[in-house]
Amino acid sequence: MLDLTDDEARWLAGESGRAMQLAMELVLAAAKVSGADSLVEVDFAHINSCHWSGKLSEDFAEFLLAEGAQLAVPTYTNASLIDCEHPELRPTTDSPEAVRGAERVMAIYEQLGCVPTWTCAPYERTPARPSFGQHIVGSESNAVAFYNSVLGARTNKYGDLLDISAAMVGRVPLAGLHTDDGRAATVVLRIDGLSPEDWRDSAVFHAIGVRMGEEAGSSVAAIEGIDAASEDDLKAIAAAGATAGGVELFHVVGITPEAPDLEAATAGRPSRHVIIDVEDIATTIERLSTVRSGRIDAVCLGTPHFSVAEFAQLVELLADRPIAEHVTALVTTSRAVLHEIQLRGWAERLVASGIDLILDTCTYYTPRPTGVAGTVMTNSAKWAYYAPGILDVDVAFGSLASCVESMIAGEVVRP
Amino acid sequence: MIAGTPLHAGAAQGLLLRLDDALSFWGGLDPSTGTIIDRSHPQHGERLGGRVVAMPGSRGSSGTPGVLGEALRAGVGPAGLIVTKADINLVAGATVAAALYGCACPVVLVASSDFGLLIDGEATRVDPDGSIVQGASAS
Repeated sequence: MLDLTDDEARWLAGESGRAMQLAMELVLAAAKVSGADSLVEVDFAHINSCHWSGKLSEDFAEFLLAEGAQLAVPTYTNASLIDCEHPELRPTTDSPEAVRGAERVMAIYEQLGCVPTWTCAPYERTPARPSFGQHIVGSESNAVAFYNSVLGARTNKYGDLLDISAAMVGRVPLAGLHTDDGRAATVVLRIDGLSPEDWRDSAVFHAIGVRMGEEAGSSVAAIEGIDAASEDDLKAIAAAGATAGGVELFHVVGITPEAPDLEAATAGRPSRHVIIDVEDIATTIERLSTVRSGRIDAVCLGTPHFSVAEFAQLVELLADRPIAEHVTALVTTSRAVLHEIQLRGWAERLVASGIDLILDTCTYYTPRPTGVAGTVMTNSAKWAYYAPGILDVDVAFGSLASCVESMIAGEVVRP
Repeated sequence: MIAGTPLHAGAAQGLLLRLDDALSFWGGLDPSTGTIIDRSHPQHGERLGGRVVAMPGSRGSSGTPGVLGEALRAGVGPAGLIVTKADINLVAGATVAAALYGCACPVVLVASSDFGLLIDGEATRVDPDGSIVQGASAS
């Protein structure tokens, strides 16, 4: 066993209560499993244990509260099941156990002192945006990939129960992506032959993420051949790569902070090379749809939670036109981003067009949100990947522009 | 006898259920029945309840600990787990279920070569030191 500090030994001995003891046991179990011989201090956590996934998540939260759990670091909450402002989205009467459980779990994590962000993308806004080289605790898969890849912070993907434990003791095993050695890419994707016009379609970045996930699995990947990418484009790659594979870190050569060149991204070590051509991208985009045309019942945007920049595009593309009467259009986002678009006057305009702005949750989780059934259009590869299995819906995947024209026409439009 | 390494120590007894692929617990296991519901899994439809489950490990989601723990709470979880890849999510689920509900579900790591020796359906015993015994002497 590794050497413990006085604090760590006290926690493990149960002198600070059973909650701190269990947290320390879990962090040490993680160290043993990962082969780490020391722990490293963290100063930020974004946890998923606060997401109700059954009676155990509630009992565990009650245990933490009753047994005196203390947080060591600022701890932000991932998306939940319910939007307190829109209870009709998942009515208590339809699924009382899940809704009441989620309410209780949310209340407990707030009482424990977590910052109630309830978002899968707290990194959109400061202060929930870790900085380069910072050791942190991440759990939500898109955010783990974003923190590591786009911001250069360091985290492994910590599962439920372990994430909050690490936030309580403020330490994680020094292993995997916390080490320099663990951050070198072993798979290199070369994007080849796309025209400047191809690159203007945001769906391309989702497709690159899917192909990265399929090729890399949970290995570290590097991508060559992207000349320019916005933060939202990188967010799309992160979410799709974490979904189609288990990518927790990727480097975009010339763009992300640890990859000034391919040599740096791979630490000069041998790697497997894959070429992704224009035809591969087109086939991947095709595969994300289960239907290609026809009437739609709903449009779901905001997986991961919509950014201010994405709202700017949506407002411009929609241009205050009303959406088709039979279509349910839901955009999920965070409280912080909603606040900003309210100040800009955009929220009111979107609602006037018939769009519902949803907070604190996502639309592909069960219980099924009201109105999300039949054929659903989305601009998110992650949503397109999960929803057919989880919600038993058909999915039409398309760019944001395509989603906007489709919600107005009430059927799939490919501009 | 196979000498494994206990990742979460404990004793277990049951018929061995051998899974050919890693299991995605979140979305792949119904924690209220302990049934594998992932249609793409080779052992789709099998129930983990009371079995010593040997598998390469768990796949994917951060939800794994919660789903394993929930199945144990509901009394339909595995009696024990034997894996070839050290897996903190399974250890976390088993540890928390033990702390909250007193459920025992040891998690033992074995070498891939030893995994191949485990016989599906055989009476199996897992000891607290991580050793695994199959056959008549297991009960």
